[in-house]
Amino acid sequence: MKTGWNVAEVIEVTQETRTARTLRLRLPGLAGHRAGQHVDVRLSAPDGYTAVRSYSVASASPGDELDLTVEELADGEVSPYLVRQVAVGDQLEVRGPVGGWFVWDPADPSPVQLIAGGSGVVPLMAMLRAHTAAAGSASPGGAAPFRLLYSVRGPDAVYYGAELDDLARLPLVDVTVVYTREAPAGSNEPPRRLDAATLVRSTLPAADNPAVFVCGATAFVETVADWLVQAGHSPARIKTERYGGTGTRP
Amino acid sequence: MTGDLDDLDYLDGNAAAGPLSEFFAIDVVSARGRCAHCGRTDALATARVYPNSHGLLLRCPGCTEILLRLVDAGDRVCLDLQGLSFVELRRH
Repeated sequence: MKTGWNVAEVIEVTQETRTARTLRLRLPGLAGHRAGQHVDVRLSAPDGYTAVRSYSVASASPGDELDLTVEELADGEVSPYLVRQVAVGDQLEVRGPVGGWFVWDPADPSPVQLIAGGSGVVPLMAMLRAHTAAAGSASPGGAAPFRLLYSVRGPDAVYYGAELDDLARLPLVDVTVVYTREAPAGSNEPPRRLDAATLVRSTLPAADNPAVFVCGATAFVETVADWLVQAGHSPARIKTERYGGTGTRP
Repeated sequence: MTGDLDDLDYLDGNAAAGPLSEFFAIDVVSARGRCAHCGRTDALATARVYPNSHGLLLRCPGCTEILLRLVDAGDRVCLDLQGLSFVELRRH
């Protein structure tokens, strides 16, 4: 972990959706990070005013590069700048990667259930990518089943769509996407909100004692965590990351 | 916001990892802490973070009392740990 505030350079920018971009940063001296960690980004105005926001790392590379996927919030102080203005070659002040709790450990052989609401998929994507990297190594976690349940507004709001399709073909990985407002073209299933029955049907059973990671807006995380406990999962096995905002329940 | 503790304007303890990294050499949100008010003992990452314009509060998810208060005054940053009676770090 790098301590204090450091300067990172934006080396690549990718539009994920109409309102989200992935920024690839190079942070000199960084030697990898743990899947699920976040960084704090600080913007400073000429008058000295500063704003700090946390963004999850989406990538799982061992070197000095990090991908952050940022969703633009209409009334945001930091995200509109990161999504609309930052360009390759710009510098950003960052702290971290930090956080040692909401992380997947490749040494843990437990099956893993990931549950994302909207842009909550970002740190879970880092875990999926780390799992893929571990699958070719001696790490016990690389042989663990990984499932992702991704609740998202519509096909236009999906992050990493093509990569998730590829990952879903791997023998150990399972991906279920629930569209809440708009179904993909040609789909027979109407859009619907995630409910407890769908959650239980599309996730690893409590009997498998999976490590569960839930990330999304606060209301989403609260509701999903309650359903998981009602379905028999131990609260001690459920790790949550709320990204704030009042948001909507599933 | 009304300041009502039942509102949803909070984050997980994990969100305090960056600000607390200014004080602690290790990731303290993974450490277990005991609430000085109700005795609940769990990882600080499971507590609730209430960010505000000048820092953050960490509240016990059991009794909602304040575990930790961080005030960022620009040229200095202050930490009040009165609400934590015990902290346990795990060595890796």
